Amino acid sequence: MNTPTIKTRIPAKAKKGEIIEIKAQITHDMETGQRKDAGGMPLARRIIKKFVCTWNAEVVISADWYTAMSANPLITFTALAEKSGPIKLAFHDDNGEIYEATADVVVE
Amino acid sequence: MTQMQGRAWSRRGVLAVAGAGVVGALTIPATGRATPQEADDFARKILGGATAKSGKVQLIVKDVAESGANEPVRVVVDSPMSAADHVKAIHVLADGNPFPGVSSWFLTPKSGKADVAFRMRLAKTQVVRAYAVMSDGSVWQASQEVKVTIGGCGG
Repeated sequence: MNTPTIKTRIPAKAKKGEIIEIKAQITHDMETGQRKDAGGMPLARRIIKKFVCTWNAEVVISADWYTAMSANPLITFTALAEKSGPIKLAFHDDNGEIYEATADVVVE
Repeated sequence: MTQMQGRAWSRRGVLAVAGAGVVGALTIPATGRATPQEADDFARKILGGATAKSGKVQLIVKDVAESGANEPVRVVVDSPMSAADHVKAIHVLADGNPFPGVSSWFLTPKSGKADVAFRMRLAKTQVVRAYAVMSDGSVWQASQEVKVTIGGCGG
C-alpha cells in the first residue's frame, strides 16, 4: 500500500460561534483481515483504528473505527468556531503510524 | 419418533419436532458473520448496560445499498451541544457483519453539532443501528434495515 495521503475540506475563515463543516478523506486500504490473497493466505488486518480532530490542541471529536469502515475513509463532521488557530486531523494506523493534516482557520 | 410410526401425528408431537427444528436453526453458528445477539452483546459492552430509548437519533442510510463496500451513513442527534447538555458518544453497529462494531464517535461541546457521516461496509442485508449517549447518561437509538445485493467483505 502507498503512503496514505489526506485530503481535507476546511473553510479558511469562520465567524465566532459559527459551526463549520469539515470533510476529510484518507487513502487507506482498511484491510479487514477477512480476505485472502491469490495463494489463499489470509491478508493481515491493517486499518485506521483511531481518529482525532483537535482545534488549538483541544479535542473537537475523536473516533474508534472498526473493520466495517470502508476503504479510503471519507468522513464529515462539524466544529464550533471559537478562536483562530490550527485544526489538526490525526489518523492512527494499526501499525503504529500516525498520519496528520493541519489547516489554519481564521475566526473573526 | 419410532413410537409414532403407524399412527397419526399428534399435535404435540408435531409442535415438539417443529420447535426442535427452530432451536436447531438458531444455534447453528453463522460462520464469519456476527448475529444480532453478538451485536446486542457488543452494544451492552460499549453502553455499560444502559437501556436505549427510541428517539432523538436520526440514522440516515439508504434502504437499498448500491454496493456493500461503500455505503454512506449519516447520524444526526437532536442536542443543543452545550457544556451542560451534549452528546458524548455516537456508536454505529451492524447486525450482520463479521464484527458488529462499525465506529464509535466521541463528541464534545466543541463539535458544535452532533452530526457525523462516513461510509461503511455491509457484508449482507442487515439491520444497522445507531446509539447516542448523552451527557446526562441517557441512551437513545435508531435502527434501519439495509438491503445489500453485493457484499463488501471480499466474498
